[in-house]
Amino acid sequence: MTLRAFLANRRAMAGAAILVVFALLATLAPFLAPYSPTNINFPPMLGPSSAHLLGTTANGQDVLSQLIWGSRDTLLVGLLTATIISGIQLAVGIFGGYVGGWVDEVLSMLTNIFLVMPGLPLMIIVAAYVTVKGTVPIIFVITITGWAWGARVLRSQTLTLRSQAFVEAAQLSGESRWRIVLTHIVPNMAGILVANFFGAALYAVLSEAGLEFLGLGNVNTVTWGTMLYWAENDEALLMGLWQWMVLPGLCIALLGTAFGLLNFAVDEVVNPRLRRT
Amino acid sequence: MPYLMRRVLVLLLTGWAALTINFVLPRLMPGNPAEVMLARFQGRLSPRALAALTVEFGVHTHQSLLTQYVVYWGHMLTGNFGLSLTYYPASVGQMVAQAFPWTLGLVGISTLIAFVLGTGIGIAAAWRHGSRLDGVLLPVSLLLSAMPYFWFALLILYVFGFVLGWFPVGGGLNLAHRVGGFAGLGTVVDHAILPAATITITAAGGWVLTMRNNMVAILGADFVKFARAKGLADRTVEIRYAARNAILPSFTGFAMAIGFVVGGALLTEIVFSYPGLGYLLYEAVLNLDYPLMQAIFLFISLAVLVANFLADLAYILLDPRVRAVGRP
Repeated sequence: MTLRAFLANRRAMAGAAILVVFALLATLAPFLAPYSPTNINFPPMLGPSSAHLLGTTANGQDVLSQLIWGSRDTLLVGLLTATIISGIQLAVGIFGGYVGGWVDEVLSMLTNIFLVMPGLPLMIIVAAYVTVKGTVPIIFVITITGWAWGARVLRSQTLTLRSQAFVEAAQLSGESRWRIVLTHIVPNMAGILVANFFGAALYAVLSEAGLEFLGLGNVNTVTWGTMLYWAENDEALLMGLWQWMVLPGLCIALLGTAFGLLNFAVDEVVNPRLRRT
Repeated sequence: MPYLMRRVLVLLLTGWAALTINFVLPRLMPGNPAEVMLARFQGRLSPRALAALTVEFGVHTHQSLLTQYVVYWGHMLTGNFGLSLTYYPASVGQMVAQAFPWTLGLVGISTLIAFVLGTGIGIAAAWRHGSRLDGVLLPVSLLLSAMPYFWFALLILYVFGFVLGWFPVGGGLNLAHRVGGFAGLGTVVDHAILPAATITITAAGGWVLTMRNNMVAILGADFVKFARAKGLADRTVEIRYAARNAILPSFTGFAMAIGFVVGGALLTEIVFSYPGLGYLLYEAVLNLDYPLMQAIFLFISLAVLVANFLADLAYILLDPRVRAVGRP
């Protein structure tokens, strides 16, 4: 029923289609990319030609190959971070909401604290303190600044569900706490969980791009964010290498839009109040 | 617990947490990066300033962590943030005070424009939801809010700054021609237009989505149906009934955004070399200027906290239900 509504939702399908294209690009990168993305033996700063469809960078790398390979780490960081964030949200939100009492008070307070922490400045400062540059610190800083909002949403949803008749019935029939949470509460929040996941993925992809653009990631890896970093450092636009600057950003925007569309569509499907009346 | 007391408690606790994070971060990191910084500035700073820094960042001090923590709190409460290493001998406080008005002016005004514009469009889209207008506005708003905004900034900087030459390509005002009065204001506005456009365009999408969804949900409510049924003018139902009720969550978001104004448009400021707090923080990070970083982060966090607190207070005035909850 819900799945059918989802499949009939044009926005959901558009988002899924973009995501599938990028996923294919990432998996098939070795077959699709004409060259190695780190090969620096080409003449630098070439415009588009038949040998280099999107030209080369100032360091003599093939832009098309970088763009294709870049989808890998960008997508990986986005999905992995979103998974970790969703896990924390699920644990904090549901646990606090269901157990209640002082545990809930403490977890809510913690959520509220992280909710008002300014994300990007904190990310930049943590990334500046971390001396090892790379993917792991980036995932770490995005996670600690990104989990709070969803946790709050899940908590209030848990509170609503907890007082529903079917949950009370399960309690009265002597089902254990964990069983109630896993079989009654989580399935009823599946829609919100999925919507939150895509929301977190959007947040992660944009944050990753911002951090890498500032050079706070590992600038030697090939992602769309680091491509933008190098393009900006080597003044790609002033050199007339517009494709080097425009395309990675466009890819990030498209991937972000895909996550945004999916987030929006899932919300629309599971929230009857948003449906067309 | 009464609503107000709860809010004050959250404010105090979050304030404490922000200050403590600021204290813990430099001490938590492996290989204490502050040592690297101190080594770099050996001989360039006075011995007294160096000694103060070692305490501030917990580098080979013989004091216990607790003493350091107390000293740190003393410094923060008296507004003594130390000296900036990059802009030595300027103090960190001076640097922050200098940059703050730029950020407040640029980001504050553009956030306000984005909110008004986005919310207005959101109302229009919700009122006609399911229509072609709504069908176009939604994906466009999603794209705008999913776009890396620094990338958008780079593109419009290139097109309107370099290619067309309509606007200056960076900075806050033209120092070469120091002019006062209206002409001086003119150069400030000139420099602000591109960054302001970036912030407004990329932020408006989010407001459209928030307002649209809230309002679509409200439109299904019985009181709206009733208002229609009793024959009120469409305009009255749209604005006075639906939009008025739907704007509350947007308003909370706006209050948050006002708090984030202080540190929110970091990347835009960096792209345009705009002399605000974001750019200052970036320079501090590049130069490993930890005292400056600490102070800016503290300032940004406190701004968010205070804005949030004020939003909570305003909520009491706006939403009678909140007032009712606190009472027996």
